[in-house]
Amino acid sequence: MERRPLLRRRNGRFIAGVAGGVADHLGVNVLWVRAVLVALLLLNATGLIAYALLWIFVRQEPAETGRVMGRNERQQALGLLALAAAVGLAGAALDNSVVSWIAGPLGVTAVGAAVVWQEADQSQRRRWAAGARSGVLAGGRQAWLRILSGAVFVAAGITVFLVGNLQLGQVQFAVLAVIATLVGVAVITVPWWLKLVRDLGEERHQRIVEAERAEIAAHLHDSVLQTLALIQRQSDQPREVQRLARGQERELRNWLYGPTGYGRASMSEPGKAAGLADAITTAAAEVEDTYAIDVRPVVVGDHPLDDDLRAVVLAAREAMVNAAKHSGVAEISVYVEVEEGEAHVFVRDRGVGFDPDAVSADRHGLADSVHARMERHGGTVRLRSTPGEGTEVHLSMPIDGAGGTAAEQPVQEEAST
Amino acid sequence: MTDTTDPVPAAAGPIRVFLVDDHGLFRSGVRAELDRGVPDVEVVGEAGSVDEAVAAIRHLKPDVVLLDVHMPDGGGAEVLRKLRPELPDVVFLALSVSDAAEDVIAVIRAGARGYITKTISGRELADAVRRVHGGDAVFSPRLAGFVLDVFSDRPGAAPHGDPELDMLTRRERDVLRLLARGYAYKEIAGELFISVKTVETHVSSVLRKTQLSNRYELSRWASDRRLV
Repeated sequence: MERRPLLRRRNGRFIAGVAGGVADHLGVNVLWVRAVLVALLLLNATGLIAYALLWIFVRQEPAETGRVMGRNERQQALGLLALAAAVGLAGAALDNSVVSWIAGPLGVTAVGAAVVWQEADQSQRRRWAAGARSGVLAGGRQAWLRILSGAVFVAAGITVFLVGNLQLGQVQFAVLAVIATLVGVAVITVPWWLKLVRDLGEERHQRIVEAERAEIAAHLHDSVLQTLALIQRQSDQPREVQRLARGQERELRNWLYGPTGYGRASMSEPGKAAGLADAITTAAAEVEDTYAIDVRPVVVGDHPLDDDLRAVVLAAREAMVNAAKHSGVAEISVYVEVEEGEAHVFVRDRGVGFDPDAVSADRHGLADSVHARMERHGGTVRLRSTPGEGTEVHLSMPIDGAGGTAAEQPVQEEAST
Repeated sequence: MTDTTDPVPAAAGPIRVFLVDDHGLFRSGVRAELDRGVPDVEVVGEAGSVDEAVAAIRHLKPDVVLLDVHMPDGGGAEVLRKLRPELPDVVFLALSVSDAAEDVIAVIRAGARGYITKTISGRELADAVRRVHGGDAVFSPRLAGFVLDVFSDRPGAAPHGDPELDMLTRRERDVLRLLARGYAYKEIAGELFISVKTVETHVSSVLRKTQLSNRYELSRWASDRRLV
């Protein structure tokens, strides 16, 4: 069962909606909560303190719910309140010091505080209803009267408590009177402080949301909208449109999901930025932009770049360029796999293909920048091409485990394909 | 991917396809592509939201549902959760622009029989529809890459409990590698000297493992490792 968040009831409440809110949260009958609160009164007035703390720290439901309190429920609540008063008096009679204070002067203070807080709740509600941003006081003269009477109750309660329980000299009395005044003011102004804190939190939240939205809007404007404008102007050149669309798609993807991207800003790992995966992806992007074709790299595993792997990236780039220039198709598959001890790159197209034994003059790029480069670094190149079916270049390069993701790896039972 | 490998008997009538995507433009594009060039695939309906989709699919009982991964109210995974138990015969094929591993693996684990990207051509889309309708799985190269990564035994990889589910056989790994390299089933079969039917069996088995393996919450693990 999904649990409702703890919120004070706005409608159908008896005092502040605390008991109702707790009951909704726990999924029990409100009567039980009230009974427990009254019972806790006996334990040094714990029930009263709990109620006050919940009133202070639990927010009211934000919206009207249309819940009404039945006559039965109201009577039960009244009965419990009477019972609480009786319990208090009994406690006072039995000379339980805390309870007797509560039943006497501190009880008066509590009632005063309740009146003031109640008024604060009401004005909050009015403020929400009106959508106005005026202060806590929005109820006119009646509200002032209520708050004033509450304050009088609080002050009177504290004074009587002090006078009745302490016999002190003049100096101590003056000090205590000051402290008592401060406590009284603190009790009365609790709702104002709370409002201040909550408004501050809310404002900060709003500001963060606003900044976030501005950042996204700025990014979309700089990239997507510009590209769309370009596409509209060049709609008669399908190749150019495709190039723009692919380039924009890639950039947006990188922004959303990339290593330093928007969606992963919190997880940037500087060491990973220079990995084989990123380098190959960047090379593929460059080829895509230059030759207006689709290059879709799939990368499994990663390894920090060293000189050998840099050679692999350059050779792979050359292979992609070759495929883009000569294959005659618009799509190239690139697959990178880093295993323990070896990195593999496959560049494949389904284009015209050629006979590797009869390499024409314009294929010297392959011999020089792919074969020679890979061999210099101790790697191998396997080339497979069938006229009419396409070409696949397979580059493999041994890697040393140090610092890589392939370190300290038990030997796998299988060989690489 | 040629029609010679099509496991569906031609006499069975057109495959009834239902489109779920919150972008009307994309729906009409797919519908136009399928209606125009593909006689054995018929689009019987479309929906733009999760609730609409659930109601319409219940009513129409299509053969294949093309399901967008990203939609408001829970997306494709939510549709799958609501319908999979009561409609086990309806096949779901996930369709997405997203490259995020967690999205892809989430719909696969929720029961989709395959995952393809929205940039796929109309011909390939029709082929993928036929394939899932015939009971096979459809893996894009990227999905194959994700799955290889999730099941890898690199240090730092998720540990495995049940070897039956949590490890790929060598053959399955070979098939996945070739899929990631952009090979079609027929080409894979030629490469590994096995029949296309065997390739299909391997891919289906990988799909089952991806759906059932508990390799430490595959999806979350994949996203934590930034396998995108």
